[in-house]
Amino acid sequence: MAKTHVTMTINGQEVEALVEPRTLLIHFLREQMLLTGPHIGCETSHCGACTVDMNDMSVKSCTVFAVQANGANITTIEGMAAADGTLSALQEGFRMMHGLQCGYCTPGMITRAHRLLIENPDPSEDEIRMGIAGNICRCTGYQNIVKAIQYAAAKINGVPFHEAAE
Amino acid sequence: MNDMTPTREERAEKLQGMGCRRKRVEDIRFTQGKGQYVDDIKLPGMLFGDFVRSPYAHARIKHIDKSKALAMKGVIAVLTAEDLKPVKLDWMPTLAGDVQMVLADGKVLFQNQEVAFVIAEDRYIASDACELVEVEYEALEVLVDPFKALAPNAPELREDLRGKTEGAHGKRIHHNHIFNWQVGDKAATDAAISNGEVTIKEMISYHRTHPCPLETCQALASMDKIKGELTLWGTFQAPHVVRTVASLLSGIPEAKIHVIAPDIGGGFGNKVGVYPGYVCAIVGSIVLGKPVKWVEDRMENLTATSFARDYHMTTEISATKEGKVTGLKVHILADHGAFDACADPSKWPAGFANIVTGSYDFPVAHLEVDGVYTNKAPGGVAYRCSFRVTEAAYCIERAMDILAQKLGMDPADLRMKNFIQPQQFPYQSALGWEYDSGDYPTALKKGMETINYRALREEQKAKQEAFKRGETREIMGIGVSFFTEIVGAGPSRNCDILGVGMFDSAEIRVHPTGSIIARMGTKSQGQAHETTYAQIIATELGIEADKIMIEEGNTDTAPYGLGTYGSRSTPVAGAATAMAARKIRAKAQMIAAHLLEVSDYDVEWDIDRFRVKGLPEKFKTMTEIAWAAYNNVPEGMEPGLEAVNYYDPPNMTYPFGAYICVMDIDVDTGVAKTRRFYALDDCGTRINPMVIEGQVHGGCTEGFAIAMGQEIRYDEMGNCVTGSLMDFFLPTAVETPHWETDFTVTPSPHHPIGAKGVGESPNVGSVPAFSNAVNDAFAFLNAGHIQMPHDAWRTWEVAERLGLHD
Repeated sequence: MAKTHVTMTINGQEVEALVEPRTLLIHFLREQMLLTGPHIGCETSHCGACTVDMNDMSVKSCTVFAVQANGANITTIEGMAAADGTLSALQEGFRMMHGLQCGYCTPGMITRAHRLLIENPDPSEDEIRMGIAGNICRCTGYQNIVKAIQYAAAKINGVPFHEAAE
Repeated sequence: MNDMTPTREERAEKLQGMGCRRKRVEDIRFTQGKGQYVDDIKLPGMLFGDFVRSPYAHARIKHIDKSKALAMKGVIAVLTAEDLKPVKLDWMPTLAGDVQMVLADGKVLFQNQEVAFVIAEDRYIASDACELVEVEYEALEVLVDPFKALAPNAPELREDLRGKTEGAHGKRIHHNHIFNWQVGDKAATDAAISNGEVTIKEMISYHRTHPCPLETCQALASMDKIKGELTLWGTFQAPHVVRTVASLLSGIPEAKIHVIAPDIGGGFGNKVGVYPGYVCAIVGSIVLGKPVKWVEDRMENLTATSFARDYHMTTEISATKEGKVTGLKVHILADHGAFDACADPSKWPAGFANIVTGSYDFPVAHLEVDGVYTNKAPGGVAYRCSFRVTEAAYCIERAMDILAQKLGMDPADLRMKNFIQPQQFPYQSALGWEYDSGDYPTALKKGMETINYRALREEQKAKQEAFKRGETREIMGIGVSFFTEIVGAGPSRNCDILGVGMFDSAEIRVHPTGSIIARMGTKSQGQAHETTYAQIIATELGIEADKIMIEEGNTDTAPYGLGTYGSRSTPVAGAATAMAARKIRAKAQMIAAHLLEVSDYDVEWDIDRFRVKGLPEKFKTMTEIAWAAYNNVPEGMEPGLEAVNYYDPPNMTYPFGAYICVMDIDVDTGVAKTRRFYALDDCGTRINPMVIEGQVHGGCTEGFAIAMGQEIRYDEMGNCVTGSLMDFFLPTAVETPHWETDFTVTPSPHHPIGAKGVGESPNVGSVPAFSNAVNDAFAFLNAGHIQMPHDAWRTWEVAERLGLHD
């Protein structure tokens, strides 16, 4: 199949590549760019394991063609930590609050939460739950994911974090 | 060098051993997208396999034409059953003693059954080529309803079994019959039921559902034809068993097969069995000499690899007028689908369903299970539960509520009255188990007090009156569940998989500088083994957990073990870990005595060191002893400091818990809102409370889904109508209730550290709590037993049937 030339910025790096027009963005990222952080869980946009940040929006990369991302600015989980390796507030929060178990949904979940906290820096619990409703986790029951996002919000906002009682 | 400054408490805390909320080691890679799952692995020259699947639930295959697919650029091979016959891999054995088609042999028996396997240069081409394989089918009569399976005129599904009156578990009485399994005293139970002052009888169904881990099943096979070695990466909860099966099927010596289970994105029982995809990837790689990857998509996962439950349990209880139970009789019709691919220990066709007497002191009981074939996907896996324990717990917990209603008793009081009492342990159940330990009344009492149970009942009464007066359209339900699990299979005298005893193992090696590598026969799929096994070793050996690396999943390096499912990692491999560590400590004691120039019996263990009795300032730390083990051991002693233990447990462990759900239901919409959910678990000794709470949250969320709407459903043609996440209910953060966790601690008397296992308890315990809450809400309207799942539509239908919308 004839290939199309694309360029995009992924995690701050400009890349160019040839892709088939039908190649999904998730396959392009995972198999051509070797960024295996985003995962595939359902192929129907329900689970959010493939979530990446594309032009300042959370996008499910299993239902976007790579050619649609031509010229786009993309951030994946691999681009969340600082250049010196320091973990982001969310990455730290997920570990501190036990917000993950098998780890399969985690890259998409953190990437989504990253955008959520930019859109709404001080969300209520309900706003967090609604804000991550496009991302399914089969292990945690979400309670500690909510806490992890609250932990990160507090850290970013420079206020003390008070863990809610069970 | 012998620093006495830190206090004993400080020294103990520094270890991050058992009982501490140690943060997880695994998270460092997972939060950075650096986990390595099967589909992340990319090998040079790797090919992709994809299945042509049957659109029919029951059909004869007249002809397969693969020429168009083979002519497509990038297609390497197309395999059908005919191609697998010469290597005798067209059928494969199941864990339950049945056989299963790898690729459809003459006919198909369920929708989406594997018919042909296309191997191509990339996954897109493989998928395209599947469309080009032409299969001619002749549709046959479809059998969907298990209750019609044994009718004389029911269509014959398994022609391969024609004339076979003996199955793997005894006599078959019909062409669609798999087995009949009975436990208990039938005559005494029949007598108890017929003499019962009060009796109940109800058909309690636990519908078909699916574990649906977020990562689907996948495998990557790579045959090195020069060396004659096969490397197989896969989503395997039991990698060693997979290697044994792969060796038996392929004829390749086990030592030349390297099975690697890398990070696994959730299992919940889905990744125990061996699937046609694994076999076809292996065959493809052996034939082509190139790596072949198979990754199923979500629809394939839900419709073809391993359903769970589908038990239909006719349950009778007899009791005195005062509410003391006198007998339990259960008949289960078990729908196994097209092949009996149930993942149970070999001798247990219905798993441990005979735990169905639950937490109650039944003097007599009888259980009978009939397994049948239908035109549905094969399986019967333990979806986050020990083998069929969830079905059994649901059965008894629902039945106890039904009995309570008939007696006019409070369901919590009825349970309290019939509990096995603390002094009765070890307790011999009427169906053959020896419960190791428990304190049920304390647990239920704690739960009732915490949630203020009596006040909730008062509130419920007031709401019922208000409802009758027409002042509210909401009804309130309180669901009580008190479950007893049976986990940690198992003693190898009665539990094996394909003849291999269900022990498990740990191998611990202390390096000269005092860091440790430990390898296990189990395999985490998210249960934090790398974190928690290290905590056991830290406490046992006095080495900081951060210096202990845990490795699992590589059959070349890990000792043989039976894997992770049925909550067996802590009860079995956790025990092996403690026992191996104790062997090391015994040797360390001799080395310490040698270094301190005293006799072995003059030193004693103290958190992270051996000290001379009565002279606490004279000691050697484990780090010092580790160094000495490699250069200064007593004369005649082997150098080094390592041990392996294969632990064959003397008994299972019996975790239990008290779960209470408070729910409000809008009768006009059928929408049920969980107001509170309280989960008290007693899993014996608690290794990492943070991890335990996380397990309980996750298991309860699965239970919530199952009880409130998650199901695998078929139409009358055998089409699966819940085959994607559009239709199959996985709760999001919005629907999921808030979980309140609590605990009591009753250690297992036979386990080296007293731990019992917890991963599956919340799935087992929460389903009846939710279902009982819905049933309890409608009980005052005499709704009768309401079957799961309780989605809004079905709940609305109940209200409609009761005339609440008139």
